[in-house]
Amino acid sequence: MTEAAAPEGQPYDPRILVFSTNNISDPGIDLAGSSHMHYSPRVMVINLPCTSAVKPGWIVYAMEQGFDGVFIAADGEECAYLPDCAQRTSGIMQTAQDLLVEKGFEPQRVRMAAICSVCAEPFTKYMHEYATALSGLGPSRKATS
Amino acid sequence: MSAKKIGVYICQCGGNIGDYVDVDEVVAAVAKEPGVGVAKTAMFTCSDATQSEIIADAQEQGLDGLVIASCSPKLHTYTFRDVARRAGMNPFQYTQVNVREQCSWTHTDDHEGATEKAVRLVRAGINRTRLTEPLEPIVVETTPKTLVVGGGIAGLRAALGLAEIGLAVFLVEKEPKLGGWVAGFGEMYPHGRNGAELIAKLEQKVRSHPGITVFTRAELIAKSGSFGNYEVTVAIQGEQLETISTVVGSIVIATGFDTYHPAEGELGYGLDGVITIADFKKLLDSTDGPLEYNGRPVNTVAYIYCVGSRQGEDVEGGNTYCSRYCCTAAVHAATMVADLPARVHQYHFYRDMRTYGKFELLYAEAMEKGSAFVKFPDDEPPAVEKDAKTGGITLTARDLLSEGEEVALTADLVVLVTGMVPRENEGLTKTLKLPVGQSGFYNEIHPKLRPVETVVDGAFICGACQAPRTSSESVASGLAAVTQSAAILKRGFAELDPLVATVDTDACTWCGACETTCPYDAIARESHDGKEIAVISRTSCKGCGGCVPVCPSDAIDLQGYTDAQIKSMIDGMLEVVCA
Ligand SMILES: Cc1cc2nc3c(=O)[nH]c(=O)nc-3n(C[C@H](O)[C@H](O)[C@H](O)COP(=O)(O)OP(=O)(O)OC[C@H]3O[C@@H](n4cnc5c(N)ncnc54)[C@H](O)[C@@H]3O)c2cc1C
Ligand code: SF4
Ligand code: SF4
Repeated sequence: MTEAAAPEGQPYDPRILVFSTNNISDPGIDLAGSSHMHYSPRVMVINLPCTSAVKPGWIVYAMEQGFDGVFIAADGEECAYLPDCAQRTSGIMQTAQDLLVEKGFEPQRVRMAAICSVCAEPFTKYMHEYATALSGLGPSRKATS
Repeated sequence: MSAKKIGVYICQCGGNIGDYVDVDEVVAAVAKEPGVGVAKTAMFTCSDATQSEIIADAQEQGLDGLVIASCSPKLHTYTFRDVARRAGMNPFQYTQVNVREQCSWTHTDDHEGATEKAVRLVRAGINRTRLTEPLEPIVVETTPKTLVVGGGIAGLRAALGLAEIGLAVFLVEKEPKLGGWVAGFGEMYPHGRNGAELIAKLEQKVRSHPGITVFTRAELIAKSGSFGNYEVTVAIQGEQLETISTVVGSIVIATGFDTYHPAEGELGYGLDGVITIADFKKLLDSTDGPLEYNGRPVNTVAYIYCVGSRQGEDVEGGNTYCSRYCCTAAVHAATMVADLPARVHQYHFYRDMRTYGKFELLYAEAMEKGSAFVKFPDDEPPAVEKDAKTGGITLTARDLLSEGEEVALTADLVVLVTGMVPRENEGLTKTLKLPVGQSGFYNEIHPKLRPVETVVDGAFICGACQAPRTSSESVASGLAAVTQSAAILKRGFAELDPLVATVDTDACTWCGACETTCPYDAIARESHDGKEIAVISRTSCKGCGGCVPVCPSDAIDLQGYTDAQIKSMIDGMLEVVCA
């Protein structure tokens, strides 16, 4: 069983799924933790070797199951695997946006930014900004629930 | 065979996790998840005692999958994979769940939220583990040869160590001379030996060893290939520029440091008679009579510590770290000055005296020999001005050792005890894709657990390119890099994670999309039961997964991150939490 959208009357704190990378952005997110920076516990991370491996379908799936937004913490220029990683990842994001729109979700429910291995502060800031932006949109499953 | 009976261990990490996450609640919430055979908490999961307990549980209960919720996977993935192996499980049926860096530590302000998140993350880990298959590591043959970049004391000692255990060495030094900083030193602490002589002896051993090839005025300009067999290209500046290529099994980076260069006007820098500790060391090493500077006698020396180190967060791009070597270098210099024939008054303006370990003896010696110490407040460095009348330099500071009283004195020479900074090495950093830490030095995977390894497989860092260090500390880390290289090269083969991309032969229609997307040429067309399909080479595949979303037939999966696993993790993160 999956969880329903936030019950009425309660302050709405969006659920964000982050895709990070094992060697670059995940260490940056770890550093936010070891520096005791705070963001919402409704942010959860799945790490992969490289964000060029994210399937657009996963983003749609996350939304259908109850996440309110997906944040791709990409490696930018630092990716050790693929020189065109940033370009590939933004392609994936665009495909995901098209799929989201097709399914009745707002395209703003997926975002990407380059997060480096010491980007603790930028990551925390992105999480706050994105949570605020998603709060403006409301829960992802309002249309379907 | 997918995991059917899973052991789940939630670590308290002392209080690091236990103080912010209700670990008993997490265990209660996940114990009844399908497939969970054992669910427990542990004070320190990485301790020997808990490792043995996991192994015993696995054998008693017949566990075939393992989930450990503890610190970041960067720290203990290998530790726990090994536990799984020793417990008779397949190491790749183990999942590390990060409930410290990405949960307890980042939600210290929200006990309930952190606990709920931990439950969700652990469920995701259990779901993923349920879908794991036993995998065997990929075995690659390795070349028994190492490239050492940088011929300072760390690189020279590493080169010799490697050659002595039978590995061929290519040593590449950018400058015309070997030895780095130490080659320019006279008497060094703590042993009192002469730096230039130390290097001369070491160089002689290195140059005469048949297993070592030395290149000076040379730099690494390209690296290709994969772990165990990197093809490296070195450019050598001779009569004309020459390049040579060779294949090496590992790379040791020992490119050292630079000293902090104070800005004009910083603590009087730029005034005649204000110099850095590096320049003062040169002056001392060439002095045997009375101390003189620019032809003038020096009767009073004042040292100002922590210049360019331990800078406040307010200094833009400041160096917040302690440079470690400099307190000792300054008191050592003071003992050398005290041993000169003419008496010199010496005053040390410091913040904290970090002459750690045995270096404390040098601090005591400096005091015994007449040095006086003034402790100034962190945010109030001494004021340094030229005294127009005497031509000397006046220093004014508050002394915390005498209840904050103001101290003023005139010195003939002011020594700025400057710290270490990362050496400019952009080309090398880019060529090797080396990770750089917050302070700008090269970054190891973990300072205690994997202190010389980097995220680039087979590339090790040592010496002062990694962090400020003394000479003997640099040598010690150089030898650690030797040991790590030996561990992967002496067996003749190394094992790599089998987390590579695989093609579902039924689903593949050979459209060719994946073949062109892979920059490593790992994908090729093959005939399989009369059907054309894509086949991915296990040893060429880097495991990035870049081909996964490219396949229009959803035929590619990355091992360890399969489509089913990622979706199951999303499910686990969203299940209703009720303990
Ligand atoms: C003033 C002063 C006094 C000191 N006194 C002492 C002392 O008494 N006792 C003590 O224990 N320590 C002392 N130290 C510290 C000591 O100098 C260092 O610990 C030591 O030099 C570190 O050795 P290293 O080999 O890591 O680096 P380095 O000495 O910096 O050597 C690095 C080498 O790598 C080369 N290199 C750099 N980039 C490249 C590249 N891209 N390609 C090829 N080659 C490259 C450089 O040319 C250099 O030869 C002192 C330091 C200073 C500044
Ligand atoms: S070693 Fe001493 S002088 Fe150097 S930065 Fe650390 S405290 Fe300051
Ligand atoms: S992209 Fe997919 S269908 Fe096309 S060849 Fe590669 S594996 Fe086969």
